[in-house]
Amino acid sequence: MKHHLRMTIYALLTGAIMAGFSSPAWASIRVFACEPEWAALATEIGGDNVSIYTATHALQDPHHIQARPSLIARMRRANLVIATGAQLEIGWLPVLLRQSANPKIQPGKVGYLAAANYVQKLNIPNRVDRVMGDIHPSGNPHIQTDPRNIAIVAAVLLQRLQQIDPAHADAYQARYQDFTGRWNAALQRWQQQAMPLRGERVLVYHKGWAYLLRWLGMVESDALEPVPGVPPTTSHLSSLLSKLKQQPVAMIIYAAYQNSRAAEWLAGRADIKAVKLPFTVGGTDAASDLFGLYDDTIHRLLIAAQAK
Amino acid sequence: MNSIKKWAICALVMATYTMYPLQPLAAEINNQQEINNLKQQLQQTETLLKKMQSRLDRLEQRQAQASEQTIPAASPVVSPSITSPQYSQSQPLASPVAMPQPATSSGSASANAFNPEISAVLNGGYYMFTQPTSGFAIPGFAVGDAAGLGKRGFSLNESELDLASNIDNMFYGSLTVSLAPEGGANVEEAFVQTLNAPLGMTVKAGRFFSGIGYLNQFHAHHDDFLDRPLPNRAFLNTQFGDDGVQLRWLAPTDTFLELGGELYSGNAFPGGGGAFRGQGTWDAFMNVGGDIGYSQSWKAGLSYLQTRAIARDAFDAAGNVAGRFSGNSRLLLANMVWKWAPNGNPVDQNFRFQSEFFYRYENGLFGVTTPVSAYQGRQFGWYGEGIYQFMPRWRVGVRHSELFANNSGAAVITGGLLDTGGHRPRRDSVVVGFSNSEFSRIRLQLSRDATQPKVDYQLGLQYIMLLGAHGAHQF
Repeated sequence: MKHHLRMTIYALLTGAIMAGFSSPAWASIRVFACEPEWAALATEIGGDNVSIYTATHALQDPHHIQARPSLIARMRRANLVIATGAQLEIGWLPVLLRQSANPKIQPGKVGYLAAANYVQKLNIPNRVDRVMGDIHPSGNPHIQTDPRNIAIVAAVLLQRLQQIDPAHADAYQARYQDFTGRWNAALQRWQQQAMPLRGERVLVYHKGWAYLLRWLGMVESDALEPVPGVPPTTSHLSSLLSKLKQQPVAMIIYAAYQNSRAAEWLAGRADIKAVKLPFTVGGTDAASDLFGLYDDTIHRLLIAAQAK
Repeated sequence: MNSIKKWAICALVMATYTMYPLQPLAAEINNQQEINNLKQQLQQTETLLKKMQSRLDRLEQRQAQASEQTIPAASPVVSPSITSPQYSQSQPLASPVAMPQPATSSGSASANAFNPEISAVLNGGYYMFTQPTSGFAIPGFAVGDAAGLGKRGFSLNESELDLASNIDNMFYGSLTVSLAPEGGANVEEAFVQTLNAPLGMTVKAGRFFSGIGYLNQFHAHHDDFLDRPLPNRAFLNTQFGDDGVQLRWLAPTDTFLELGGELYSGNAFPGGGGAFRGQGTWDAFMNVGGDIGYSQSWKAGLSYLQTRAIARDAFDAAGNVAGRFSGNSRLLLANMVWKWAPNGNPVDQNFRFQSEFFYRYENGLFGVTTPVSAYQGRQFGWYGEGIYQFMPRWRVGVRHSELFANNSGAAVITGGLLDTGGHRPRRDSVVVGFSNSEFSRIRLQLSRDATQPKVDYQLGLQYIMLLGAHGAHQF
């Protein structure tokens, strides 16, 4: 038994050392982005000076991610964690943070950026009760659906990168300015394009579009989920259908990661369009970067509105 | 903050009284007008105080907000003065709402904001057995007090109360108290853990469930089955935890690699009697893990636990001591878990397979009241289970567990605790679970329990509900 034990310990140590050597050399700053939009933003501002790991992709529900070993391992060496915050990642990020054994990225440190802390949040409930479903006490966390919020977070991110990596402060500054210039131009364009959408009433799958709808002056009439986080039920869908007869809507919108069945079912019966929106970078083929994200979002909304 | 608040209120009260000096309470106090004046003054004072208090509260709130977000600006190159003017111009759609404002107050950040996350688990059910539970034993195994079956009929299981919070920038703390239905509280876990130890280290101290194996460290309310697998019940008294310290090291690699070791008092099963001046149990574990594409992830581990038991009690189904063991106990544990979710999105569908193998070698003395007879035990056990969530809220699972004991020595007497009678304990279960949300779960489990030669068919219906803070789950 003693002999076995010694062998086991040798095996463990050898494994550890081999794993240590096999890790490749990286760029100076490691960014752990909880959602693809923040990874895309970090790419815009960080450029080649950062290496980015994206914890989730557009086909995953960011509320429900498993705290997988791979995520813990990636967070271990991160210099900066960019999360959405506002309790979006409450089911998994706290475990990652605690298990990562990485002091640099704990909340309160420069290496932890919760984007939602820097924008004004919508849907802040004045009463929280789980009867209301999976609501977020500090407000709606899906802030990335309004591109103006991206601009706000970009400024914060620039500052963080400059603090963490002062050697490349000028490079970050230059990339930030370049990005902001392009972003402002794009904002003008999007807002022009989206003019026809103003005042349109929409049904949403999950209350994840508050910021987009406010930005474009659209109105959320109801949600397919009976309460946030609870999947659509047949009875709720039928009650929505009868409501639609009195108060029609222009379309139903749902995110790429959500199951389209409920939306298609209702859309078919109410004779309206169900529109899949990318929700984040990578949600559709066209949404390959931040600019593509809003280009495609507005494009899809316009097509559905015209088809009405 | 609280004492500052008290002082401020005192100061305000004094200031108000000087601003509105009360007239001397002289002889003409019976004068009605005087009394009315006084009342009026008092009212004014009160209103003023209220105003001051609300102003103070607002100030506090703002301060709390600010301190939350204070990240010293290192470089003055750009100020993230979030109301960048350029957007307010490019706002043709500036409908009811103008440019989004920077974050201001979001709710009431009172002193209570520092309260720990509090949650409670409610747990109860109904159990049916076809064989009498009173004579339950695992042939060939001298088990601890928690290895048996549950109660017949309706029963409340242990309720659980959890408090958890970051203590400061260096420590995290967690307390779990379980409340037995017949009364009495038991500290299940109470530990502190470091948050910023260097070099990828994490130190945990207190009472906690051990990191050996896969299932052991999870609280029972996390499980998909009503009970723990047979080997966990036989080898770890359902769940091994003790008072001690744990050191974990996470390798700086892209593949998850974790090494850990624990030193315990040696009072908890499979230890007993707190050998070596209260440090009778130690263990070491290694875990590796990773992803295969987007849809699959895995984790595998190897653990070794060694303990010196001094008069460790073994129990019968009635909870009476049925034997005592003194000697060395060594346990080797291999575990793996594999999870699948289409595109890594477990919301609609997901599958998990997990399995653990146990090998234990014990040698020492065993006896019914005092350990006197020689005993050597070579025992093996394993289980495998699969859980499939086939649609939102619904899941089904299957589990098989098995034990095998090869005991020798004078302590093995026919019909005794350590005599297997040539039987290999086995147990098979199927479970159907329904979760309306992450916080509620109801499940029905059917088991064919061949732990003893007479097969027992069992049915269990159980609810597990979580109140309060949303806990995050480990992999």
